[in-house]
This record gives sequence, structure tokens and C-alpha cells, in this order.
Amino acid sequence: MSLIKITIDNQTIEVEPGTTILQAARMIGPGVTPPAMCYYSTLETSGGYCRTCLVKVSKGSEKDPRPMPKLVASCRTPVMDGMEVQNYTSEEVKDVRKAVTEFLLINHPIDCPICDQAGECHLQDLSYDRGKSQSRYDYEKRTFDEIDIGPTIKLNMNRCILCYRCVKVADQLTPQRVHGVMNRGWDSEISTYIEGAVNNNFSGNMIDVCPVGALTDRTFRFKSRVWFLKPYDAHRDCPDCAGKAVIWKFGNDIYRVTGRKDQWGEVAEWICNTCRFEKKDLSDWIEEGPRKIDRHSVISQNHYLKGTQFVASPEALPAKELK
Amino acid sequence: MSRKLLLAKDHVPGIRSYDVYRANGGYASVEKALKTMSPEAVTEEVKKSGLRGRGGAGFPTGMKWSFLAKPEGVPRYLVCNADESEPGTFKDRYLMERIPHLLVEGMITSSFALGANTSFIYIRGEYFYVSRILEQAIAEAYANGWLGKNILGSGYDLDLYVQVGAGAYICGEETALLESLEGKRGNPRIKPPFPAVEGLYRCPTVVNNVETIAAVVPIVNDGGEAYAAIGIGRSTGTKLISASGNINKPGVYEIELGLPVEEFLFSDEYCGGIANGKRLKACVPGGSSVPILPEYLVCKTATGDDRLMTYESLSDGGFATGSMLGSGGFIVYDENQCVVRNTWNFSRFYRHESCGQCSPCREGTGWMETVLRRLEKGMGNLDDIDLLVGVAKKIEGNTICPLGDAAAWPVAAAIRHFRHEFEYHVLHAEKVKDPKHGHKEPIMPVKPAPVVA
Amino acid sequence: MSNEQGVKKFDPEKRKTIRFSEPALESIQKIIQRYPAGKQKSAMLPVLHIAQAESDGWLSPEVLDYVAEILGLLPVEVYEVASFYSMYNLKPVGKCVLEVCQTSSCWTRGAEDVVEYIGKKLNIKAGETTSDGMFTLKTVECLGSCGTAPMLQCGAEYHENLTEERIDNLIERYRKEDRRRNYTDLDFVNSN
Repeated sequence: MSLIKITIDNQTIEVEPGTTILQAARMIGPGVTPPAMCYYSTLETSGGYCRTCLVKVSKGSEKDPRPMPKLVASCRTPVMDGMEVQNYTSEEVKDVRKAVTEFLLINHPIDCPICDQAGECHLQDLSYDRGKSQSRYDYEKRTFDEIDIGPTIKLNMNRCILCYRCVKVADQLTPQRVHGVMNRGWDSEISTYIEGAVNNNFSGNMIDVCPVGALTDRTFRFKSRVWFLKPYDAHRDCPDCAGKAVIWKFGNDIYRVTGRKDQWGEVAEWICNTCRFEKKDLSDWIEEGPRKIDRHSVISQNHYLKGTQFVASPEALPAKELK
Repeated sequence: MSRKLLLAKDHVPGIRSYDVYRANGGYASVEKALKTMSPEAVTEEVKKSGLRGRGGAGFPTGMKWSFLAKPEGVPRYLVCNADESEPGTFKDRYLMERIPHLLVEGMITSSFALGANTSFIYIRGEYFYVSRILEQAIAEAYANGWLGKNILGSGYDLDLYVQVGAGAYICGEETALLESLEGKRGNPRIKPPFPAVEGLYRCPTVVNNVETIAAVVPIVNDGGEAYAAIGIGRSTGTKLISASGNINKPGVYEIELGLPVEEFLFSDEYCGGIANGKRLKACVPGGSSVPILPEYLVCKTATGDDRLMTYESLSDGGFATGSMLGSGGFIVYDENQCVVRNTWNFSRFYRHESCGQCSPCREGTGWMETVLRRLEKGMGNLDDIDLLVGVAKKIEGNTICPLGDAAAWPVAAAIRHFRHEFEYHVLHAEKVKDPKHGHKEPIMPVKPAPVVA
Repeated sequence: MSNEQGVKKFDPEKRKTIRFSEPALESIQKIIQRYPAGKQKSAMLPVLHIAQAESDGWLSPEVLDYVAEILGLLPVEVYEVASFYSMYNLKPVGKCVLEVCQTSSCWTRGAEDVVEYIGKKLNIKAGETTSDGMFTLKTVECLGSCGTAPMLQCGAEYHENLTEERIDNLIERYRKEDRRRNYTDLDFVNSN
């Protein structure tokens, strides 16, 4: 099939038909890519919920150049030939994104100081980048009790932004999904509904796809801040998964194991629970080398760069050495 | 007297039963369509009639039908949206309860036009007893050869089922309805694809409101042109209006589109004026989602023209000074009613009914409700008013489905026209602690002074 | 309001004892036949209504698990749906659930007074059940009865244009008849 042309923030690229605006933007680069809190390229039907990736379509296509009447979710809108999109070049888009960030935060506890996700939290990055420093919401936030869903995963529903990623992981990676979204509207919650463990050898991937600290690794709970650890690519011969992971070390101790995330924060290959939770000895792994730290994430601590790019790769940015 | 197309026979004793309905000309449209017309010809009549969706959006029905994809070997579905849940709207219930066969007849004729061999009527769960009435009518239709295999020897087969919901306003949104019909949570789908391409079970599907389907019956019987001759401009035919609130004669009225609002509101044929000799304060003309109009914009537009019961006239002036015909839920408020309180009531409804899928709606509806509750109880501050305007603006247009807009519009409109009343709730906190404060000291809308150049 | 957050207890022993009546199971099979092969999940909402009528007016986790088995679904799919819709009671309720509409037109015409009157009469607040298990008082959103406001629903029955006298008569009748009211009841249709 012939390629079709799309222009995002004045940068043009040719893509396969069926590509979404967000995917096209990622091909161009981080400079034009909208943030995505719920979309996950490897999870089918993901995206569309959080509304942080809304963009303005100023020209629908070559055939029908009319602009689209509303902002559209770039993660779920397919590209048309000749389409023109405004992301960071639109004040309206930036304004709405700020508002969506505020919506996502009104019930979020903002308990980053005690949250294991802090430093690698997409909501934290999002609000550092384009949030306001003060909330206009001065009411009681909705609260839920923390629950252990199994021996290895902690669910803190207060932090959840209902991105549905973990539900889709359970649906698409495991045969017997036991958790989902219960209730509705303001009262929606991720839950198993009945007491019971999420017990599946790939359930740990829910932790990796969670953009916030709603699902965290109980074997790593309160052990360390992520920015004190050094991440290394490592692999092992695993009968259940590809065994390609990141080991997070402090000295010679492995504090935790996660999947390998790409520059958009997405895991390239799912890892099994054995690799994630049980292999914490250096002898379990063959190290490949250190990973780079993303300076547009809060994880880079004092070297954090505020900018328009979200989860950008360090390579894509002007070299400014971490000290 | 206004012409009646749908409710012409609603007072005939026993019209709910098949025999009486048939004796009064019932099922003629099915005979005409199946024996003398092609499916395309039926669609053509609907196009000519100018009929617009009666559920609220007002989209031209003929056009919606013509969008239906028709790939070979893939079933197509017609689903009737009987999930009537818009506060202030009860016309579909009235129609289904009193003349169930009119809907059944419309479903058969419309399904034939669309080439659907299985059709569903999705009715809100609270109307369970009405679903029984429909099921009874459907059983009678089967028994008399109007449903099933080879109807009237035409070779056309149709099965028709009633599906009950279980309490969720959102299932009135067509893709949420389809999700619900598939046995799932009523979460609206992300569009595209639209139901015309991928609807029920991912097959091409048309979803139409009860009244829309019923209107197909007179359109086929008398021809699309005759239908289009009623009404004004692009508002053709008749419309069922649900009238409620502080009026003398609440109820369901069939009107010819184009009727002046003043006549509808004050004549004895319809609402019969404001109850208990009170003054009109405000009106929500099209169901809870549409902007509220202050008394001085109800019967006249901002430019001084008569306001008519049409899609165009009710929206004359845009959102600044107009509203919408919507689903025809005409709610009237007298001088004692408190707009802040009523707006809070609406926002509580939307908070309760948000599906929770997308963040602006899930968080925004709850936020607005919280702020409004505080204002209503005299515990708010003046900044809250602009905060509400800001939150509403950020929900509007940014959600997956129109529920976000439906929640935002009433709040924005109430503040637009009744800001002084919101301020009163801050400045006279002691007075508004009494929920019936409006009975002691009515607050009437203030018409803005004309701008002098 | 009826649906509370948090995880619930599941009793495997109780689960083993659950079985719907033959007529109920028959209607369920009939309902499943309406849908194309493999689309039996479509039967979820109607089946949950039947389940509720079969189970003292509410859906326990064990009953939901049983419904999942009947429909060949994962239990979580049933939990998700049951907790989404407001007509499914996820905790025990009285024999007669009085659902008073509180949305705009009803409110304008005295819905709050109705709630207060019933509450005083039965000595319960909205959301509560009388100690004899006879009545539950609930406030609900618009039931499409705005022209005949104020109103309440109990099972399949709509009671409109409420006055104190009508409420008194209704409660007295319900007490006398002393039976559970379900949405699936047929008698209201026939008397209507």
C-alpha cells in the first residue's frame, strides 16, 4: 500500500495507512509527541481514556481539508493523507492538557514522598512538565483502602488514574483475568471484587504498565528510592519468558527487576514473575551494561530538564552530561 | 388543533391490544413496504420526510440509514434506543406503554428498509413493566404473521427482541447501548468506527430512538413529502414533548414543529400555564442536558422574534441566548425555584451517571457537583462561580462521548443567565440554608440592559 | 450508593448450595437463544435481573459467580457488570425497596418531602432497611416519570403523583401483602 503524508507541528512524515497520529508523532520524534497516560502500543484497544494526548486536527485530509471540530485523542485517531495536526504549536491543546493534568490530580493523593513509583511516575512527569503548582480542588479526595492482590503486588487505588492498562494486560497476557474495573464514574475502582489473589506468572507486568504508583512491587516496597539505584540491562535463560530485563542495583545487591522500557516508557518484552520477583541474586543474571537515565523524567533528580518532550530519549536531546 | 401522527389513536380504548390497533389501520406501513416497496424506496421516503433523530441529537434519520455499510454475508442490525433516561423526558415510555404496536410496526418497516433480520429494542431497566407490554405486543405480532419467517409472503424474515437495561443513563449513548446489549459495562466506544460500520457484534448497525422509529410508520403510510409538509424549514413533522415542572398540565403532547413556545406553555391545549398562579422563572426546553433559558428568553429570542418549537428557533442565539430542542424534555420552573439548587441537582445526576471511563468527565462531573453543593448550602465563595465556569469549559468537547458536554452545558448556562443568584448564595449564606428560601423571597432573572454603543 | 467499594468475602460453601429454580433456568436458556452463537454474554443484564429475583433481591458474590458459570464467563466479567448498573443490589435489601426519584422535576414537586415522610414513617434514612426487613428506602435518579412527579418505584411498580395519603396506603398494602417485589414481577403490567 502506498504511504500517506501527515504533518505534525510543521514536521511531515510518510506513514502506513492505519497508523495513528500518536504513532506517527513518535516516528517523527519526542519534540512533537503528545504525552500518553493510558495508551500502550502493545496492548490492543488501549488508549482514548486519559485525554492527555488530545491534539488539534487543523486539516482533516487532502480530500476533506476541513478541520475536525473537537480535539481528538491522537492515540486512537488514524492518520489521513494530507492531515495536519497541531500539538505543541497549539495554545488550545496545551491549555486543555493542563486541564486534563489537573483533573487527573484532583483525587490523586500526591503522596510522592512515600510512593515507590516516584521518580518513574508518568503522572509526576506530566505534572512537573505542564501542571500547576497549586490545586484549585480543596475538597476531600476519594479514598480507598490499600489491598494486597497476591503476595507480590500492592494495589493503592488512591493513586490510580484508571488507565485500564493493567486490565488489558490481564486480559491479553493471562488466561484468567481476575481483576477489573468495578463500580462506575467517580466511584470506579480497579479491584478483584472478592478477596483473592491475582495469581498468574505474568501478573507482574501490570506493575510495569501502571503509569502511576497504584500497582507496586511488594518485594521492593519501601526498599529504596529509584534514583538511588543503578539500572543495568541483564538477561537470563528463562523457560517462561525471554528473560530480558533490567536489574536495579545498589552496590552489588539487586533491589528489583523490571521489564526493559523503551523511550516511550513501554516494555518491549514481557517478563515472567519468576524473573521479576524471585531472581534477585547477581548470579541469576548476565549483565549487559548500564542503562541511560532519562533526564526528562523526575528520576534524573537534580538533572531534570523541563521541556515539551515527554519521556524522551536522552539521545534525542542536546548532550548535557549527567554528573 | 395540531395534527397528530403518533398519538392520533392513543385514546382509543384497547389500542394497546393487537386487534384494536389493527382495526384502526395498524400495520398498514408493513403491508405497503413489504408488498409494494423496495428497501431503498422506504429509505428514500424517510430521507424525503426530513425526519431527524428524536432522541436528542437531531441527526437526519434518512442520512443515518444511508451510511449503513452493507458488506456481503455480514448481518446488519437495527437497535431501538428505548433507554429514555434524560431527566425531563418521558415521551417514549408514554408511547410504548399506550401504543406498543406502533413501535413494533415501525421496527418491522425500518428493519426491512435496512435489511436487518434481527432487531432489538433496548429499554431501560426501570421500565421493566413496559418491556412486558412490548413483549406482549411482539408475541401478538408473531402470532399474526408480522414477525418471523417470510413475512406476508415477501421472503423477508425478522426476529424482534426486547432487551432490558439495568439502570444507567449512559446507555442512551448509542455505543454504550451496544456495549450494554453485548452484556458489558455501558462504556461508550471510541469513535471511529461508527456503529454504521461496526456496531452490535462489530456488524453494521443503526440505532434509532423510539419516537424516530414510530415516525417511520406515518412517513411510509402517507409518503415522506406529506410528513415534510408539516413543520418549518429543517424541522419537519411532529414531535412528542414531555412537559413537566411547575405547570398546570404536565404530560406528553404531540406538537407540530413550529408551534410557538408561548402557545405551548400557556395555552390550555398544552401546558396550561404556570401552576398556582406563579410567575415563570426559567425553562429547560429539551431535557436536562440543554442550556436553561431565563424567563425573558423563553418565548422570545434575544432579537425579539417569537421563539418556536423547532430545532433552529430553540437554538437561536447559540448558547449565549439560546438552547436546544434536544429530546423534547420541557421542564418549567416557577418563581419559587432556586436555579443554584436545580443546577446542583442536575450535576449530581451527571456525577452519578458518568461511566468513569475518561478523566475529564469522571473527575469533572464530581468536581462540579462538589462545588455546587457547597454553593447551594451557602458555604461557597465568589471564586467558586468562576471555578465552575472554568471546569465546565474544560470538560466540554474533551470527553469520549457527549455526557461530558451534557454535564457541562447546564452549569455554564445557569451561571451565564443567573450569576446574580449564585452570588446571592454566597452573599446571603444564612438565607439559603433554608432549601425553600425561594418560596419566601423569589429571585427573578435579571435581563441584561441593552448595550448602548 | 448501593455499591460499596472494597473487596468482599466469598464463601465457597455457600456457592455450592446455589441453584436457581427450574422456571428461572428455563427462561435463562430462552434468553440465551436470542443472540448469535457465542454471544451469550449478551444475556448478562436480563440474567442478572432473574438472578436478583431468585436471590432475595440482591446479588451476592456467590450468586454472581454462579451466573458466570451459567453464561460461561469469567467471574470478574460478571462482577464488573453487576457493579456498574444501579438496579443491581450488591448487598441485602428489604422485601420492598422504595426507590424515590430525586431528579429535577420530582425535586421541584416535593421529592425531598416524600423521602422525609417515608423516612419518618418507617424510622429509617435513605439507604437503610427497616429492622423487620420489610422496607428499604433508596433515592434514585430520574425514572422517566417527570410529568407525574413526585414518584417512587418499587419492583416493577411505578407509583406516581405521590401524596402522603397515597404513601400511607401503599405502605399499608405492602405490609399486608408481605411479599418481595421484584423488577421482573408481572402483576403490575396486568393491572396497569
